Amino acid sequence: MPHDHPDHAHDHDHGLSPSGHPYRADNDEPLTYWQRMEIAVRELLIEKARVSPAEITAQIEVMDARSPANGAAVVARAWSDPAFKTRLLADAGAASREMGFDIGPLNLIAVENTDSVHNLIVCTLCSCYPRNLLGLPPDWYKTREYRSRAVREPRAVLREFGVDLPESTRIRVHDSTADMRYIVLPARPAGTDKMTEAELADLVTRDAMIGTGLARTP
Amino acid sequence: MAERVRVRAMMPPGHVRAPVYLRGKEGVIERPLGAFHNPEQLAYGLSAEKKPLYRVRFRMAELWGETAENPNDTLDAEIYEHWLERL
Repeated sequence: MPHDHPDHAHDHDHGLSPSGHPYRADNDEPLTYWQRMEIAVRELLIEKARVSPAEITAQIEVMDARSPANGAAVVARAWSDPAFKTRLLADAGAASREMGFDIGPLNLIAVENTDSVHNLIVCTLCSCYPRNLLGLPPDWYKTREYRSRAVREPRAVLREFGVDLPESTRIRVHDSTADMRYIVLPARPAGTDKMTEAELADLVTRDAMIGTGLARTP
Repeated sequence: MAERVRVRAMMPPGHVRAPVYLRGKEGVIERPLGAFHNPEQLAYGLSAEKKPLYRVRFRMAELWGETAENPNDTLDAEIYEHWLERL
């Protein structure tokens, strides 16, 4: 029993857990203005029968179910099928729909990493991200630090992600400022000639498609 | 030869999608993207006419001068035509 610990009194302050770790503060701050606004609008829409709670839950489940696996499948297809890769680089939205991914009204551009070019995606103004293909963005993607440093010192940022590129590699940063969303087509790793499309997809990480990582080597 | 442009160095109030760090900077058109509803009206629920949008490529040396990590690295951003002047 935690409170039976012999080293201190029963009414000790709750600064540390029995295993010696600090307790995390409860997440029960008051609602922000925008959180109240969202709840009010949602409740009005339900009250006026424009949407049902079940529809809202279903849509949240759709958003949560999207994952980088969809993007990885697109990349693996591009690595395996040169004609598909040509179509992907010409119109990434159409190529993704061709594979059956519902990417909605997304205007998607694929940018290709090669031996001499490395692409990095950022949205300095907010958090634009190809959610329909990669799922929800990682928390760091939305931070002021990533958004400001990716355009100012992309090489330093990449080194912190473990990607140290030679000066001879041209870095192209893409700031998603308006209506386009971007996905990086990573370079296909060496030694993967005999791999199937499904095996290749396992090498494609979320970060590789943002440009903060490289595809895994088998 | 890619078309050279400069981002207008305007500071209008309200919702705009031309980042401040690119205003007054010169680049080249990387590709035209077609026309999209102007976010400067769309953000306020106004009827927004479609405006041509371009991807503009800037050299890091143009954006950050001597302090650029590598002057030949580039940054691409989407800029609406009414924010661009032809050079």
